[in-house]
Amino acid sequence: MANKLISEIPLPKSIANVFSARNVSTAKDALSLTEFELMELLDVGLTEVRSALLQISEIVAPPYQTALSLMEQRFQNEHLGGHFPTGLKGLDAALCGGIPFGVLTELVGPAGIGKTQFCLKLSLLASLPTNYGGLDGRVIYIDVESKFSSRRLLEIGLRSFPEIFQMKEMAQEMAGRILVLRPTSLAEFTQSLEQIKVSLLQNQVKMLVIDSMAALVSGEHEQGARRQQTLSWHISFIKSLAEFSRIPVVVTNQVRSRNHDDASRYCFQVQSRDGAIETPMQYDSHLVAALGIQWAHAVTTRLVLEAKSGERFIKVAKSPISPPLAFPFHITSSGISLLSDDGKEVMGPEINAIHYQGHNEIINFGMEGLH
Amino acid sequence: MEIWRLPISASQRGKLISAGYTSLSSLSSISSSDLARELNVSESEAMNILKVASHSRGSETSNASCSIVEGAQSAWDMLHDEESLMHITTSSADLDNILGGGIHCKEVTEIGGVPGIGKTQLGIQIAVNVQIPNDFGGLGGNSIYIDTEGSFMVERAFQIAEACIEDMSEYNRFLRKDFQECKIKMQPQDILENIFYFRICSYTEQIALINYLDKFLSEHKDVKVIVVDSVTFHFRQDFDDMALRTRVLSGMALKLMNLAKRFSLAVVLLNQVTTKHTEASFQLALALGDSWSHTCTNRIVLYWNGNERYAYIDKSPSLRSA
Repeated sequence: MANKLISEIPLPKSIANVFSARNVSTAKDALSLTEFELMELLDVGLTEVRSALLQISEIVAPPYQTALSLMEQRFQNEHLGGHFPTGLKGLDAALCGGIPFGVLTELVGPAGIGKTQFCLKLSLLASLPTNYGGLDGRVIYIDVESKFSSRRLLEIGLRSFPEIFQMKEMAQEMAGRILVLRPTSLAEFTQSLEQIKVSLLQNQVKMLVIDSMAALVSGEHEQGARRQQTLSWHISFIKSLAEFSRIPVVVTNQVRSRNHDDASRYCFQVQSRDGAIETPMQYDSHLVAALGIQWAHAVTTRLVLEAKSGERFIKVAKSPISPPLAFPFHITSSGISLLSDDGKEVMGPEINAIHYQGHNEIINFGMEGLH
Repeated sequence: MEIWRLPISASQRGKLISAGYTSLSSLSSISSSDLARELNVSESEAMNILKVASHSRGSETSNASCSIVEGAQSAWDMLHDEESLMHITTSSADLDNILGGGIHCKEVTEIGGVPGIGKTQLGIQIAVNVQIPNDFGGLGGNSIYIDTEGSFMVERAFQIAEACIEDMSEYNRFLRKDFQECKIKMQPQDILENIFYFRICSYTEQIALINYLDKFLSEHKDVKVIVVDSVTFHFRQDFDDMALRTRVLSGMALKLMNLAKRFSLAVVLLNQVTTKHTEASFQLALALGDSWSHTCTNRIVLYWNGNERYAYIDKSPSLRSA
């Protein structure tokens, strides 16, 4: 809508000619300038500029819907009202049905905790026909770190849905619906994204998985602000892709250790108390999600996977629907499963913290045993 | 006031100056036909120029009968107006208290915070609360929800609407035990029906929509709040020209303030945070820069303090920091 040509908008002839004479050809160009700038550029009076802008705005502005009609539309047209059930009952209940369509869902956690396993399970589920809880469509899996294992995928399929996967043709069909891309650089990724956007609707793609986003960016050599800029184009592109095709998009993210520089408070917080707040927050967890705060704003739902005292938890850290809950899980031969469907409610910013303990204890124990 | 400040096109201005008219007073005594002859323009154009000139001059003369400066209101009248304005409750007694009763109408309030703290929730809550009927102390109006990020979940809005109606029935039972006719006839669907939802995918659409809202609001006079979630998103990505961004943003802010004043509604803008390097350390600050922070009337920052969510009033003309 932004790039709508001015020539297609019904404006009075004289002003339309002036617009094209001065090279203001899309609505985006016209609306990016203030009224006075347009007057200078086009050499017409204020009232004419105003009425032209009003007409352009009216056409470019998106139509409205009442929230009620939005709800009705979603329930009628989309699978389960716009949610993709993950098969983990507690999580699905918390998320009002499952992973929401049309927005980004992020999985963040330390290495080896089960993010890729979760993605594999989800891709499998999405390829299944609807009577098995799937989306009956193709899945595009962008595998940056070469972690996709088709053997593991088939193992999960065999254990969870033996009736389908034991038949070789069915297994082939389901696995055939998952398309794996392996971009080796950010530029390649950008290209594939653009191709994907074009072919999404034609090829019945029902889900997009990007594993992992952080690996793409960390491979580039730019630092700091430039890195943010590179990423921001991708963020808005992926979001608009998700939005206009109404498919669930799952993205994995890595963790990094917390720097001393990391901002965690506002200027008014620092001045009010002189050090009393500092200690408890600072050393609670040494890990934070990678990709920065702009990314954290852009994702709609954030699922944090962590390990604490030997147990693994999946926490709903950010969601417009769900309260902050943590579910214990473990990885089995049939993918991921929850140990308990009742989430434990987590208070405060603890829900965002990422812990990775427990494994050290196991190793240390082993070492002690050796002595 | 000089000629070059008048909102007329450049060629007209050029003709005026070359004909010798450099200040407004020189235009005051000429008739439109003479002006047309001198400037070699059509008579209607000349009349237009004179009209524009007299309009801008009128705000400076000191001998108008009703008001000293046209368009201004005396402070006493304004106080009277403000007291009769209602507030929109945020459903949190403490937040309402520090806000002086709730979100004010005719003002632009900005609410910002880290991701996941509850800005969208607060936005949806306000969009629902504005529909509380007058009998219960609300405004009984409709709301516009402008979604730039796609975080508006209808199911959540439904839950909030249900809870709101439950609250109203409890209040009803508590205070008006004698009157039987005060039954809540509202259903959550009715509340959802009064939320006008716009989904925006680029900053051009955002600007276009705000321009279009003028017309929309004249057709839908019941709208009492506009919630924009979030106002920053599209402006943070690929804007190479920072100066252009500032100009566009301030233009947008002015238009919103205009809408708030003319239609007596409240405008709530939700903002994101970014890191700012000040005093040799990084701190969190609301996004869009310093010039944007001047444009809104009230500013609230939501943050975590220990295990609880706190709100901090960063800027307000009538309330103290809390």
